[in-house]
Amino acid sequence: MAKSTKIDIDHVSKLANLPLPDEQKRIFASQLTKILDYIEKIEKADTKNVEPTFNVTPNKNVTRKDTAGTCLTQDEALQNSKNTKNGQFVTKGVFKSE
Amino acid sequence: MSQQYNPVIGLEVHVETNTKTKMFCACSDDYFGKEPNTHTCPVCLGLPGALPFTNEEAIEKCMKIGLALNCKVAESSLFERKNYFYPDLAKGYQISQYRWPLCVGGSIEVTGKNGKKSTIRINRAHQEEDTGKLTHVEGRTLIDFNRSGVPLVEIVTEPDFTDTEQIRDYAKQLREIFRNLGVSNADMEKGDMRLEANISVRPVGQKELPNYRVELKNINSFRFMVAAVEFEIKRQIEALESGETLHQETRGWNEAKHETYLQRSKEEANDYRYFPEPDLPSLAVDRDLVKKLQEEARAALPQTKVDNLVKTYGISQESAVTMIRQGSDPFFEELVAKLGQTGISSQIVASMIINKKIDWQDLSTDDVVKQLKAQASQTALSSDQLEKAIDEVIADNEKTAADYKAGKENALQALIGAVMKKTSGRADAKQAAEIIKEKLK
Ligand SMILES: [Zn+2]
Repeated sequence: MAKSTKIDIDHVSKLANLPLPDEQKRIFASQLTKILDYIEKIEKADTKNVEPTFNVTPNKNVTRKDTAGTCLTQDEALQNSKNTKNGQFVTKGVFKSE
Repeated sequence: MSQQYNPVIGLEVHVETNTKTKMFCACSDDYFGKEPNTHTCPVCLGLPGALPFTNEEAIEKCMKIGLALNCKVAESSLFERKNYFYPDLAKGYQISQYRWPLCVGGSIEVTGKNGKKSTIRINRAHQEEDTGKLTHVEGRTLIDFNRSGVPLVEIVTEPDFTDTEQIRDYAKQLREIFRNLGVSNADMEKGDMRLEANISVRPVGQKELPNYRVELKNINSFRFMVAAVEFEIKRQIEALESGETLHQETRGWNEAKHETYLQRSKEEANDYRYFPEPDLPSLAVDRDLVKKLQEEARAALPQTKVDNLVKTYGISQESAVTMIRQGSDPFFEELVAKLGQTGISSQIVASMIINKKIDWQDLSTDDVVKQLKAQASQTALSSDQLEKAIDEVIADNEKTAADYKAGKENALQALIGAVMKKTSGRADAKQAAEIIKEKLK
């Protein structure tokens, strides 16, 4: 495993929920390091008098009334799922009690 | 002598608010007991390309909760994405609030069974969305997204609790507030209201907070939560006494074994990578709306507060409610305490505050005490005047008087209120009550 001082690729792959083979970890570690280098450059820009932007539209308070619309039917909701049971989506067990 | 320890406990309460639709989509959130996955749409199923659309009613309810807990409503508030992978969360993140919560910095006075009062500081009350419901069957997990996206308000306290009795009182009081505000049924059995606790212990006398805390999570019954907190306090004290070092970790409750168990240690702690939700513009909160919600929040404060005022000061129910709504009740209590045995009845003081005869917003209670003492001798109502006022009130309110005669106790309060109004609050409520009772025998 290639080590990078900037990127903990094992941690990142865990957070992204993407198990990666070592070869790919090496590739992504190097690519992500380049991105971080780029961000380091951006961080040097003087932003003292610049308001942070979280949203590119000038909109504020875009809200809707609390009025119910139509929902999908159960069949529609489940139609893209490979595995269903009793009207529910089925996934690998995630329950660990102890 | 062995070292004594005090528990340090903070609580996080999640409450589902009772809007008609979900937080960010128009699906009905009346999901309880319904067929699974019949209350969903692309937004709450987390389908690619679906965009959230904020429910304004939910935002108002969150602000009301914050205001009832004496929080400040932020000028500007933003949603953020809390990223983690778990099947109950279809998008891979929960829309929540982190750096810009809607309501911050409040407090609530909790009254215990023995009447002992303590103040619990509220760190924040923020808006987020609920997750889907998981059922674990035969090594597999079933998912129902009906609950996904239901508006959820999280209320976080400072670590101000010292025992489980206080937790009980706090939870009870919160539930009462939610119900009075009409924002949630707060039914714990149905999962409307859920509790999480952060617990550590420190030697008696130590001021600093301990450098660790244990989170108790995913405990879906209030009784189990109390048992878990009690177990944790004991476990932690024993660990410290035997020289162990305690760590940051998350623990659950095993009811069969009656003990807590490790769910996640600090090393495995979640790294949520919060960042501002790019799909939702910020909220600039309308101050007039805040003012309006503030009044509604005050009017809906727990009946216990009204009852306490009525019981302690012998004032009318109506006066108590009005003062709580105005926010003048703390001034009233302070003033009555300072007036002491001056012969000015509490009802008169209350009526004067309500009728703006006392400028409670601008004057100090000391100023008012001086004023009142000076006036007291001149303005006292003669018993003839009082009787005359009562006769007039009974004549004007025949039906209410008849109701009282027929045994309706509430009618008496209404009559006393009318006498107070007629005499501009100068009548003594107790005296008036006695005379009315006598006359309507
Ligand atoms: Zn939906």
